[in-house]
Amino acid sequence: MSRRQILTLLIIIAIAAFSVSALATNIGGREGLVLGLDLAGGTNLVYEADFTGLEEGSKADSLKGAKDIIERRINAYGVSEAIVQIVGGDRISVQLPGVGNITEAEELVGRTAELVFREQATSGSTFLAAPVNVGDTQITVVDVTGVGIENIVVVGSMDSPEAEAKTVKTVDGANGANNTITVDSPFEYGHALDEPVTNVWIPATGTIEGEEMLLTGKHLKPNCFVDINQQTNEPLVRFEWDDVGAKLFSQITGRLIGEPLGIFLDNMLISAPTVQAQIGASGVIEGLNIGEAEMLAIQLNAGALPLPLGHWEDGIFYSGPAASRTVDATLGADSIRMSLIAGVVGVLLLLLFMIIYYRLSGGLACIALAIYAVVMLMIFKMVPVTLTLAGIAAFILSLGIAVDANVLIFERMKEEIRGGKALRAAIESGFSRAWPAIRDSNISTLITCAILYWFGSRMFGGAMVMGFALTLGIGVLVSMLTAIIVTRTFLRITALTSVARKVSLFRP
Amino acid sequence: MFDFVGKRRWFFVISGIIILIGLVSMLYSTIAFGSPVKLGIDFSSGWTMTVRFEQQVEQAALREEMALLGYSDAVIQRVIDEENTFLIRTGVLTSSERAQVEEALGAQFGDFDIRDSALADETVSGETTNVAMIAVVVASIGILIYVTWAFRKMMKSLRLGVCAIIALLHDVLIVLGIFSLLGVFFAIEIDAMFITGILTVIGYSVNDTIVVFDRIRENMAKRTGSPIESIVNKSITETMPRSLNTSLTTLFVLLALFLFGGATIHNFILVLLIGVITGTYSSICIASQLLVVWERGGLSRFFGPFRRMLPRRAPAGA
Repeated sequence: MSRRQILTLLIIIAIAAFSVSALATNIGGREGLVLGLDLAGGTNLVYEADFTGLEEGSKADSLKGAKDIIERRINAYGVSEAIVQIVGGDRISVQLPGVGNITEAEELVGRTAELVFREQATSGSTFLAAPVNVGDTQITVVDVTGVGIENIVVVGSMDSPEAEAKTVKTVDGANGANNTITVDSPFEYGHALDEPVTNVWIPATGTIEGEEMLLTGKHLKPNCFVDINQQTNEPLVRFEWDDVGAKLFSQITGRLIGEPLGIFLDNMLISAPTVQAQIGASGVIEGLNIGEAEMLAIQLNAGALPLPLGHWEDGIFYSGPAASRTVDATLGADSIRMSLIAGVVGVLLLLLFMIIYYRLSGGLACIALAIYAVVMLMIFKMVPVTLTLAGIAAFILSLGIAVDANVLIFERMKEEIRGGKALRAAIESGFSRAWPAIRDSNISTLITCAILYWFGSRMFGGAMVMGFALTLGIGVLVSMLTAIIVTRTFLRITALTSVARKVSLFRP
Repeated sequence: MFDFVGKRRWFFVISGIIILIGLVSMLYSTIAFGSPVKLGIDFSSGWTMTVRFEQQVEQAALREEMALLGYSDAVIQRVIDEENTFLIRTGVLTSSERAQVEEALGAQFGDFDIRDSALADETVSGETTNVAMIAVVVASIGILIYVTWAFRKMMKSLRLGVCAIIALLHDVLIVLGIFSLLGVFFAIEIDAMFITGILTVIGYSVNDTIVVFDRIRENMAKRTGSPIESIVNKSITETMPRSLNTSLTTLFVLLALFLFGGATIHNFILVLLIGVITGTYSSICIASQLLVVWERGGLSRFFGPFRRMLPRRAPAGA
C-alpha cells in the first residue's frame, strides 16, 4: 500500500467516525435530525384577527397581508416549510415544524411589531392623571390637550408589565382646553392604570411637503440586522430609513438634541436614548437581549402586521393565540413508521442486489454507500437541513445517483477485464472512463438544483422547492466524492491483496 | 446485438400514443374539473376541524373510516397534548356531507365533540406551483446550455441538449398524463408532494440521458466515419447493463415503499416509479433515437409539410 492510499483510507475512516459520532451526540440542543411538519409534526397556533377600525372591504386584504408577513417572518427565522393558512375568514392558523420553544414561536408569529418613535410631552402640554371609570374598570387617563395629536402613550409603574404602555384616545376638539376624554379598545386588555402617571410620550412627527407625518417602522428599509455595541458588548439592531423616513428622522433628531427619543414596539417602550446629534439615514435600537434583537430584526424586515392577532374572549380582545397545541406529522406517524420499514427493506434489497451482481466490488460499494448515507445524515444534522418528504425524495434520488456512479464504474471495469486487462489496470481505466459520464450527469443535476434553489428562495411558497434542491445538491456532491474517493480507494487497496488474484470475485 | 435504432419508429409511435392519450385526458380534465390533473385538498380551500373523541381512537382506524366515507385524501393529525383529539382537514364539505361524516364517525367511534370547524385556505398556494413551473423552464435552459457546452467536441452538440430536453418533456408529459387519467377514471387527486415528484423525475431523466450520451460521445470519437445508426446502437447496447442495473436498484427501493409503505405517500411513490421507468426508457428510446432522426434529416422531412404551409419569400425573378 502506498503512503497516499493509507492516508486516504485513514481520512475516510476519520470522516465516517466523525459522522457517526456527530449523529450520536447532542448538537445545539438537538439529539436527532430536524424533521419537517410532514414527518414529525410540530406546533399549531391559531390566531383570531381584530378587525376593529377596518372597513368591511379591506378585512380580507388585511388578513392576507398578515398571512404573507407571517410567512416572511417564519422564513427569515430559518424555519422551513411551515403551513400558514387563513381559516374561516377571520383566523390565521400556523403550523411550525418541530415542537421547540412555543413562547418564542408565539412571539415571532403573533406580535404586530409596529415600531413607533415617540417624544416626551413637554411643558407646553398639560395633562391630568385622575381616575376615570370605563365600564367596570377604573383607569387613569391622561389629557394632552394642546399637543394636537390623537394618540398618546402613558407610561407609569403598573401592576403588570404588559400594561406598561397603553394607547389612550383623546378627543382633539375645537375647544382644545376641555377635558372630555373617550377611551376605546386599547384599554380593553383589562389592565387598569392605578398609579399616577409620571411620563407621557407623544408621537414624534415631522413635516414633509406641509403634511405632518408620524415616524414609524413603515419607513424602514428591509435590511435591519443585529450587531454588537463595541463599547458595552450589548446587542443592538441597526436600521436604515427610506427617503421619507430619513427626512423625518433628521427633523425629529434635530429638534430633540439633548432630549430622549422613545422607541416603542407595539406600544412597549424598548429604549429611550438621549439624542446626541442630528442624524438622518440610519440608526440603532438598543436595550434588547440577543434573542429579542434577532427577532426584532426579522420582524422589522418582514413588516408590521396590518391588524392585531390574538384571541377574543367575551367580546374582549387579548394578545396571544386562541389555540396553541402540539400536533403530529401531517403524513401520520403510523404511516411514516410503515414507510420507514419499507424504505429499509428496499435499501437492503438494493445492497443485496449489488453484492450478488457485482460480487466483491458490490460489497465494497455497499460500504461506500453506507459511508455516503452516514455523511449525508451528518450534514443534515450539522447544517441543519429541515428534512421533509421533499428532502427524502431528493435523498432517494441522490442515493440512486450514488449507486449509478458505482454501477458505471463497475460496468466499465468488467468491460476492461473482459478485454483482457489485469485487475489493477482495469480499476484505473474503469474509473477514468466512467468519470466523464459521472461528471456531466451530476453537473447537470447540480445546475438544476442551483436554479431551483434560486427560484425557491426568491418567491413566496418556494420553501418546498428550495428544500428539495438543497438536499439533492448536497446529495449529488457527496455521492460524487464517495464514488471517486471511497469506492476507488477500497478497490485499489483490495487489488493489492491476495483476493485480487481471483478475478471471478469482481465479475460474475 | 438488438437493433434499437431500427425500431425507433415503434418507440415514437408508442410514446406518441401514450402522450396523446394523456393530452386528451388533460384537456378533458381541464374542461371538466378546471385543471389538467385533479387537484387535491392541498391546492384548494377545504374544511378543517378539531375532533375530540371520548373513547380511545387509533389514527389508522380514523384514516380508514374517512377513506371509506370517500375522503382518502383527508389529512389527519393527532393532537399530542390532548387525548384522542385529531385535527382533520378535508376538501370543501356541504352541510349535508358534514352531517354524514359526523354520523359515520359517531357510529364507528362513539361520542365526540367538534371544535373550531371552519373553511380554511389552501396549504399550497398557486404561487408555489408557478415557482416550480418557472424554475423548471429556467433549469431546462440551464441544462441545454451545459449539455451543449459539455459535448462541444462533438459536432452539433446543441442537438444533444435539445434531445435531452425533449426526453425530459416526454417524461413529464407521461407522468402528468397518467395522473390525469387516474384523476378522470379513479378520482385520484394530486397533492403538494406531486410537485416534488415531478422535480425528482426531471433530475432522474436528465441524469440518465447524459450517461447514454456520454457513451455516444466516446464511440463517435473512436469510430469516426461509422454511420450514426451503428454508433448509437452500439452505445445503447454497451450502456444497457448500467441502465438496467441503476433503474432496477432504484426501483427496488421505490417498489418496497410503494407496496409496504404508508398510505399517505402512495401516490407520491407512484410518481417516482413511473418517472424512473419512463426516464430510463426515454434516454434509450427517445433521446438517442432523436439524434439519429435529426442526423438523417428526418426532422425536416417531418416538419417539411408544415414549413411549406408557412408564407415563403417569393422566388427570385417572380
